[in-house]
Amino acid sequence: MSNVTQVAGKAIPVRGNDIDTDRIIPARFMRTITFEGLGEYAFYDERFDSQKKPKKHVFNEKKFSGASILIVNKNFGCGSSREHAPQALAKWGMKSVIGESFAEIFSGNCQMMGIPAVIASEADVKSLQDFVEKDPELMVNINVEEKKLSYGDMSFPIEIPEGKRQSLVLGTWDTTGMLVQNLDRTKKLVKKIPYLNKFG
Amino acid sequence: MPDNLFNKVWKLHEVRKLPNGDSQLFIGLHLIHEVTSPQAFQMLRERGLKVAFPERTIATVDHIVPTKSQVRPYSDSLAEQMMSEIERNAKEFGISFYGVDSGKQGIVHVIGPELGLTQPGMTIACGDSHTSTHGAFGAIAFGIGTSQIRDVLASQCLSMQKPKVRKISTGGRLGKGVYSKDVILKIIQQLGVKGGLGYVYEYAGETFDSMTMEERMSVCNMSIEGGARAGYVNPDQTTFDYIEGKEFAPKEGEFEKAKEWWKSIASGSSAEYDDVFNLDVTNLEPMVTWGINPGQAISVTENIPNPKDMRADERQVAEQALSHMGFEAGSPIEGTKINVAFLGSCTNSRISDLREGARIVEGMKIAPNVRAIVVPGSQQVKAQAEKEGLDKVFARAGFEWRHAGCSMCLAMNPDKLQGREICASSSNRNFIGRQGSPQGRTLLMSPAMVAAAAIKGMVVDVREVA
Repeated sequence: MSNVTQVAGKAIPVRGNDIDTDRIIPARFMRTITFEGLGEYAFYDERFDSQKKPKKHVFNEKKFSGASILIVNKNFGCGSSREHAPQALAKWGMKSVIGESFAEIFSGNCQMMGIPAVIASEADVKSLQDFVEKDPELMVNINVEEKKLSYGDMSFPIEIPEGKRQSLVLGTWDTTGMLVQNLDRTKKLVKKIPYLNKFG
Repeated sequence: MPDNLFNKVWKLHEVRKLPNGDSQLFIGLHLIHEVTSPQAFQMLRERGLKVAFPERTIATVDHIVPTKSQVRPYSDSLAEQMMSEIERNAKEFGISFYGVDSGKQGIVHVIGPELGLTQPGMTIACGDSHTSTHGAFGAIAFGIGTSQIRDVLASQCLSMQKPKVRKISTGGRLGKGVYSKDVILKIIQQLGVKGGLGYVYEYAGETFDSMTMEERMSVCNMSIEGGARAGYVNPDQTTFDYIEGKEFAPKEGEFEKAKEWWKSIASGSSAEYDDVFNLDVTNLEPMVTWGINPGQAISVTENIPNPKDMRADERQVAEQALSHMGFEAGSPIEGTKINVAFLGSCTNSRISDLREGARIVEGMKIAPNVRAIVVPGSQQVKAQAEKEGLDKVFARAGFEWRHAGCSMCLAMNPDKLQGREICASSSNRNFIGRQGSPQGRTLLMSPAMVAAAAIKGMVVDVREVA
């Protein structure tokens, strides 16, 4: 598990509110028992028509190839809990995502994968989208540790819940080990839960 | 501070505060299905971990199972592989599995309640966003991702931040032809698909009090469509009556003690909330969605709204919706021609939904050029419906009668829309491409409205049909 103090790279604007996980990865591509190879299906139906010909979509634009930071708007990742959505984006190349707001299961899934999902104001997000649109080579730096995003000589504050920020910075974002460690305490608690003890 | 049910249940299940600021929350019941769990088991193997409490996890198959024939092996080799994988995982890790030969298989959110697994005061998790359904029993039920499934398997716990609680308080009784589905569509229309971010919804008041358990399940099911990760109704006599006698319900003697405890966890009359929203449903009409998210809903008697009249952050999605749907602002939704009618999904595939649909189509025929399917939520629902002769009623009307599964709600099996077909659907999501065709179009409505639309070949007001 690695420390995620900052993510730097090219960015890509994915505009629109309420972009749901069915759009990020259509359900028919989830007929698989691994997360391998999902990258090519990210936004598949928005990128290709029924003849598999490319449509107009930011993910198809050459100028954004190699981007690792998604810039999104409100309620990104709403709908299904499928981790296949952030997994597909990560396999495509996403290392961080900044938006006005996220659906909670989606941002939680990102965190579980060590991918910072950070929030900024509508004005800051939209102006960053415009900047990147004009200058796709722009290097964007998401500093998780200092809760700051910078590009060129500009910067603005970003938000991430404190616990999530710490876990990323300290490299403790994979929660399994921590939860398993407490197995004895968990077993003690079980004895106090009425429905696990014949309601006695 | 007098606590609401959510806070009481949360406290009871809190193992400890974690260094990351989250709570380590014990999960009383873990449900898994074939789509989101295989990777989690693989991660366990890679880390050499075991399932900590195998008796607290229950598995079934719903998303990919074909509904025309359940005979193995499936013609779709990928579906067959997923099926074999969950069977292997359940066996290897000692987890109870309800497969298609059990007689108890079905949509995970239908079988949990019908087996009596879902009970008040529990914490429940499942790798499926509609896990909120189980809140109908006064349980706290969360949809989770695959890495979190791994956590629950390995430790029976989740690392979670405590959400806020919003009480949604309703007054008024529902009129004829108006259902719990219409209530939740109205709530989401009012609060928006982002309105619930950061919240759990408590549904309280006269309207929910008078609902059956199956009606409450339809409401809680769609909490997530309003952005709320969970939703619940306080347990009451209706809840206890439903549970009593179910396979995994507390048995005689124990049941009385259970009831006392269940009563004690309900929100008291002076319980406090982070927010309250009031709604009067007295004049509520049947609802239909016109767009590409469940918040874009109107009464069947209303006209499709104009994006120009909307707030800036809703306008763009509304314009995109009209463009995808091929609808015009200002035109009525009533009279919209449909190609497909789908009666099913974890929202509305229970016996009461099928009875209501059958009542409307009895003695009628579906319109020419309409394809109509009924997909019971579980094998037990299917068996009950067949006992009552509902399958025959539907078949005589021209509906196809299918086996249990998620089916055309998310089209992971062969049940899909084709091209630009419009579907009157009792499911929960009208997202672009949701029903299997990238150009397909979904109109969400109650099962009764779906049945009426199938008969007339268009969106109609069910109150004028039956």
